[in-house]
Amino acid sequence: MRRWLLPALLLAALVGAWQVAASTGVLADLLNLESFLIPSPVEIAEALWTNGALVFENAWVTLREIVFGFLLGLVLGLGVGFLLRPFETLRLAAYPLMVASQAIPILVFAPILVVWFGYGIGPKLAVVALVCFFPIAVATADGLRSVDPEAIKMMRTLDASRTQLLWRLEAPTSLPFVFSGAKIGATFAPIGAVFGEWVGAESGLGHLILQDNALLNTSRLFAAAFLLAAMALCLYGLLALIERRVVTWR
Amino acid sequence: MPAKAKEFAAAKPFPFPDYAAGAGVAIRGLTHSYADLQTIDGIDLDAPAYSALGLVGPSGCGKSTLLELISGLQDPVRGEIAIGDSTDAPGRLDHCAFMPQRDLLLPWLSAIDNAALALRNRGVRRGPARLEAGELFERFGLVGFERAKPTELSGGMRQRVAFLRTLVAGKPVMALDEPFASLDAITRAEMQQWLAGALEADPRTVVLVTHDVEEALYLCDRVAVLSARPARVVEELSAPVPRAADRDEAVTDPEFVAVREQALQALHEGMR
Repeated sequence: MRRWLLPALLLAALVGAWQVAASTGVLADLLNLESFLIPSPVEIAEALWTNGALVFENAWVTLREIVFGFLLGLVLGLGVGFLLRPFETLRLAAYPLMVASQAIPILVFAPILVVWFGYGIGPKLAVVALVCFFPIAVATADGLRSVDPEAIKMMRTLDASRTQLLWRLEAPTSLPFVFSGAKIGATFAPIGAVFGEWVGAESGLGHLILQDNALLNTSRLFAAAFLLAAMALCLYGLLALIERRVVTWR
Repeated sequence: MPAKAKEFAAAKPFPFPDYAAGAGVAIRGLTHSYADLQTIDGIDLDAPAYSALGLVGPSGCGKSTLLELISGLQDPVRGEIAIGDSTDAPGRLDHCAFMPQRDLLLPWLSAIDNAALALRNRGVRRGPARLEAGELFERFGLVGFERAKPTELSGGMRQRVAFLRTLVAGKPVMALDEPFASLDAITRAEMQQWLAGALEADPRTVVLVTHDVEEALYLCDRVAVLSARPARVVEELSAPVPRAADRDEAVTDPEFVAVREQALQALHEGMR
């Protein structure tokens, strides 16, 4: 109950304060801005209501990019994490490269991806997968390495083969780590999708935000941002729910 | 071979390596070092089939290493260890089940699935493996805890499940590394009596490492007192027989007390 009630109360308080500050013009005066540039929550809701079809159409595009990109990143991250486990030399060689790949701003990469893969969903998936991949791969590799060496000895005297060691001991041990990585990846995914759309897209929430920014249509811009945040929250919540189902021993 | 062991071996529907034959442990001229540090210095020891050998020594003397060498988890630098006819590490690993100091029960498996791990590793399906392990739960007073997760079990219970896991492996030799060190004194005494009963019901060759002289003398037929590192055998003692069935009675027996004093003295000598 507290898990839901407390965030809901805080959110309501913040939205309420925002509503008062925006509708009375206090916030606009404070920032020395035109009052239409700072929409109130009610105006944002109105924008969402009147532009519903358009916003949700674009949201659907972005949602697909986020979900499929995330899944792609998950598969890649798990794959690399598991691959690095048995090969210590490979891990040592690949780790700095993986870190370096994350240090390059995604905005630098994204335009090249558009050149390579065109304006379709391809580059967006690539960007989302790229930002999700790293936390998952690192978490998986670290999780697999966190296995108690005594437990490995115990399993060996109980006749476990290398594969059985992996599936019966190492993989379950790493599961909580994998979920942590996936949850971090889930919060990155919408950012990746928006960046992917900014460098070249005909639809999507990122595309819509770019348009609204140019049109100074701030209430719809905020509505789109709100949906993006909601998507990240839902993906995170879904992962947390699966985690609680699967990782019952924590 | 005791009748009960024969019965148990005959009842197994899956192959047990050399179980029916039993196997002793023979150690000759064993010397081992870790990096430049010599940990074991020329040890000769024997544990005939179905006997229990206790290894007592000051902490850090290399007892656990010795156990890993016997189990075939490592190869010694010099000397020979034979379990039955096997002298190579993989062969020893085939004949030896290892019970670590901490129970290391896998938290995602129920008690019975933990106990059945060795069977599952050998390719037995989950159903038959549970059936097999379940029999032992009945025989060793763990009925009703089959489906419990390790976190729901007390320290003593966890240790019992860990022991059953070692037992279910069906290896002729069991290497126990301070199995009750983490338990409180009362539970430990209780577990010692339980283990004595379990080994009587299901005899194996046991090598027990402990720092508790009383535990070693109560549970083992022979006890080797080891020196501080590098470990060598200071003295070998025979536990007084016959022992009373009740642990408290057994350990207060004058003869037992005398041997215990002797062991403690040897332990002090070895520390110097």
